[in-house]
Amino acid sequence: MTSIQSVEQDLARLVDEARVAIAGVAEVAAVEELRVHYLGKKGVLSEQLKRLGTLPQEERPLVGKWVNDAKAAVQQALVVRRGALEIAARDAQLVAEVVDVTLPGRGLRQGGLHPVTRTLERLETLFVRMGFTIADGPEIEDDYHNFEALNIPPNHPSRAMHDTFYFDAHRLLRTHTSPVQIRHMEAHRPPLRVIAAGRVFRCDSDVTHTPMFHQIEGLLVDEAVSFADLKGVLAEFLEQFFETSLKLRLRPSYFPFTEPSAEVDISCVMCGAKGCRVCKQTGWLEVLGCGMVHPEVFRHVGIDSERWSGFAFGLGVERLAMLRYGVNDLRLFYENDLRFLQQFR
Amino acid sequence: MRLSEQWLREWVSPKLSSEAIAARFTMAGIEVGAIEPVAPGFEGVIVGEILSVASHPSADKLKVCRVDIGKGRELSIVCGADNAAVGLKVPVAMIGAALPGGVRVERADIRGVASEGMLCSEAELGLEQTASGLLVLGGEAPVGEPLRDFLKLDDVTFELELTPNRGDCLSVAGAARELAALTGAPQRKRTVRRVRARGKRRLPVAIRANKECGHYVGRVIEGIDANVLTPIWMRERLRRAGVRSIHPVVDVTNYVMLELGQPMHAFDLTCLTGGIEVRRARPRERLRLLDGKEIDVTTDTLVIADQSGPLALAGIMGGAASAVGAGTRNLFLESAWFSPGTIAGRARAFGLQTESAQRFERGVDPELAPIAMERATELLVAIVGGRAGPVIERRAAAQLPKRRPILLRRERIGRMLGKAMADVVVTTILKRLGMRVTSAAAGWRVTAPSHRFDVEREIDLIEELARVHGYDKIPAQRPLLRMHAPQLPEGRGTTAKLRSVLAARDYQEVITYSFVDPELQGLVGSTEEGPRLANPISADMAVMRTSLWPGLLKTIIHNRNRQLSRVRVFEIGRCFAGGSAEVIQDSRIGGAIIGAALPEQWGSASRPADFFDAKGDVEALFALSGEPSEFSFERGDHPALHPGQSARLLRRGQAVGWIGRLHPALQSRLDLDEPPVLFEVDLEAVLRAKIPAFREISRYPSIRRDLAIVLPDDVSAKTLLEVAQRVAGNLLVDLQLFDEYRGKGIDSGRKSLALALTLQDSSRTLKEEEVEALVGRLVAAVESELGGTLRG
Repeated sequence: MTSIQSVEQDLARLVDEARVAIAGVAEVAAVEELRVHYLGKKGVLSEQLKRLGTLPQEERPLVGKWVNDAKAAVQQALVVRRGALEIAARDAQLVAEVVDVTLPGRGLRQGGLHPVTRTLERLETLFVRMGFTIADGPEIEDDYHNFEALNIPPNHPSRAMHDTFYFDAHRLLRTHTSPVQIRHMEAHRPPLRVIAAGRVFRCDSDVTHTPMFHQIEGLLVDEAVSFADLKGVLAEFLEQFFETSLKLRLRPSYFPFTEPSAEVDISCVMCGAKGCRVCKQTGWLEVLGCGMVHPEVFRHVGIDSERWSGFAFGLGVERLAMLRYGVNDLRLFYENDLRFLQQFR
Repeated sequence: MRLSEQWLREWVSPKLSSEAIAARFTMAGIEVGAIEPVAPGFEGVIVGEILSVASHPSADKLKVCRVDIGKGRELSIVCGADNAAVGLKVPVAMIGAALPGGVRVERADIRGVASEGMLCSEAELGLEQTASGLLVLGGEAPVGEPLRDFLKLDDVTFELELTPNRGDCLSVAGAARELAALTGAPQRKRTVRRVRARGKRRLPVAIRANKECGHYVGRVIEGIDANVLTPIWMRERLRRAGVRSIHPVVDVTNYVMLELGQPMHAFDLTCLTGGIEVRRARPRERLRLLDGKEIDVTTDTLVIADQSGPLALAGIMGGAASAVGAGTRNLFLESAWFSPGTIAGRARAFGLQTESAQRFERGVDPELAPIAMERATELLVAIVGGRAGPVIERRAAAQLPKRRPILLRRERIGRMLGKAMADVVVTTILKRLGMRVTSAAAGWRVTAPSHRFDVEREIDLIEELARVHGYDKIPAQRPLLRMHAPQLPEGRGTTAKLRSVLAARDYQEVITYSFVDPELQGLVGSTEEGPRLANPISADMAVMRTSLWPGLLKTIIHNRNRQLSRVRVFEIGRCFAGGSAEVIQDSRIGGAIIGAALPEQWGSASRPADFFDAKGDVEALFALSGEPSEFSFERGDHPALHPGQSARLLRRGQAVGWIGRLHPALQSRLDLDEPPVLFEVDLEAVLRAKIPAFREISRYPSIRRDLAIVLPDDVSAKTLLEVAQRVAGNLLVDLQLFDEYRGKGIDSGRKSLALALTLQDSSRTLKEEEVEALVGRLVAAVESELGGTLRG
């Protein structure tokens, strides 16, 4: 005969026993085993429900409640224990997974661009944002585009300054980017705003000359473009390139394809015009040549110089790169020593 | 041109310092490259006269000189110079004198003889680099006077870096004229003193080329004494101009050229046969020049000839046979005008660079010849004596350049410069420049002086105005221009993007020379030689590159030789093909890698970079096109590449480049201890890009099937992938080849390739049976077409 008291005692004992067991397990999996053992379909507490049948009808609800309370108590203990174990396991994982965050990262490194390219890209970006478009031309040029159309007829003394590489009587390596001006004006009508950058070649090699170097050429043709406009555009551009306020000095010079022509000096960016080795103590740096497009050049490309006027300028990219980055030897650009190149990532 | 300030100031002397003169010149386009003292500092050197010369008692090469140094003082000085002789006046550095280079003269005992000073050469005074004996000062030197005072050595030279258009400034007179115009300072009047003809001898002169030689002035001078020494004042001026003193007659012609800008030439009259003829050279004529060089004179060259043949290259250089020398007694002096076109480029064609040619090709004032003749005669008669004959002049006025009036429009000045210029400023500047200016309706009519060859049109005048007025007076202004939208073709990638992709993949961009060593180019398998330069700077830069590889390989070698073992470089640039016909010059992008695949690092084993590392980088470039599937790699043979590890790159079946490991034979030839992998693609082929077009994304689940397929070794992965693609059709949304295996479990001669197929339909969930059926069809196709089996 089952007495209600014995059931109550058994339940209390089972709950105590379960609590001890639960407190004693160390792994989440063991907690689950105990859950099955006590609360599963065939678990010991479920078994107690079967005893209800042996109890008088009126006692059954009470005992049923006791069983459910016992189950809840065990469930509670299980949840608490599981939670505690999970936290402990996570903590252990975190401790075990500590790395030395100061070890270097893995994988590829970042490569980089050649300083001339870096400079060219900056120059192009500046001019493109000012509304210039980019033009291109061949490196093997003909005499006409490199010289004649630029008002440099055969035997002109200024040809001696060009140290031209020839293939034969007519073909040569362009000595400047100016032939792109001609090609562009042959193909397009004013108004024009164009720049052309690229390799140019001169038969000269020493401490301050490499037989190949880069120029960027600008051309602006419109109605009533003046020398004052040229000064304005150059001043603006040079200040933005060097990101500092500069003094500009235009010295009269001579290029057969521009008139008036000028060499442009800026106040030395290396010493703040105080005088240094780079500016040869003058406080000035020569950075580019420019001028108003010569009427003879317009004639060659069939543009009416009475209606249109324009200016052109050309500058040495290596020269600007040297000034911008403080490179002290032109020849470094073409030795392609990685220890040099990697400084410009 | 080197210009002495003292000499310049004899012609024009503005109240400006040397530096201010240089600045004024420079800012008007006559660049002064340097200002240099004409002599280094020294003191304690005076003029002395050698009274006696005795041989040194114990040294054959030394002499003991008694030297008068004025005020009754005499010194005994030991001297080793060969030219020490009684009566010579020479520089004497006295005891305590400080000479250039920190030399201090002390009382010395030279092999037993006391020496109370030192007799000096030009070199010891720092006037020349080298010297052959004592500096001989000439009879007029006052004994006892400090040398610096006597030679007026407190002078500087301006190094004028003249642009080719300003030949008119290639003389003291020309530079002075310019400086007068720039400063407004008065210019010395040039007075031409006609030298009366005392002799009667004339020489027939015939000009057979009037166009080339429109003005010729000649004169015979007989009975000169060529053994006199050029006076020290003239030698000093020549020296300051950088011209060597050679012979009194030559010195005078050079002096007149430096002073007035007129090149002249003197012939030894006794060497001339018959008269002078100015003509073009005849076929097969030869001439031995003053510098000893023997040249074939081409028929487009103007020569000065006599009956027996060419005597001189007109306006360039005289001939050796008729040159004046120590024995010359009679002269024929020439002062002529040769047109710039006749001389331009000629000297260079003969490999010559002469002061004369430099002036004629830029343009010499055609009215200068007779003036220079008188000036030279005056100097010659004073120095070497002789009887000057009558002036012979041939002038073809019609052939001489004419200065036509140029219309200068007031409005045009403002329009070109961006700033109007006051009328008075315009006329003042032009007049100072020697222009004739008259009023015209819209402005002025301006005629340039005969020495201004460069002033021919209105813009030349505007430039003169801007230049003399000062570029700094023209304001800087930002132009107002019409806006326009540029083209922005989305169907073309940019080189900037390609560069950044490779840079992000650990490549360093390089720029190598466009001309390369033909031998290296041949080695890297160029079937055709690139265009060859006629005048290369060196043999290893003689042909244009046909590939980027020679430059990239050189870069690898350069860096490997500097202990950098891992090199990954790329370049974008033009390559060239085609010989005498049309040259192709298209751009390519190329790369080369050598050394470890990854930079040295912890946690992953180091392995050398191979074909597939480079291939991955090339595929990254192809991916930029938006259509990577248009590209393919096809096994191919390239002479520079390993035959088993090289592929031709194709886009839509068109060959666009190469990739491969360097051929082992070439690798050992280049002394590389690891194999580089190289690639190169036509730039245009990787720039062409697809504009993205949206495709619907399926909302239904995808199913993945992995298959390992055993195939004969010679079946390429590409073939297998193509079969899978074809069989799976539209359902295949992704296909990866994730393993290649040979060895245990696989028969020799076969390999296992593992594929991952991801299948998905856009409109429904795929059924398991469909997928199974598809896999079955794929396996069947692989079996029947490729002889492959599913790996068990």
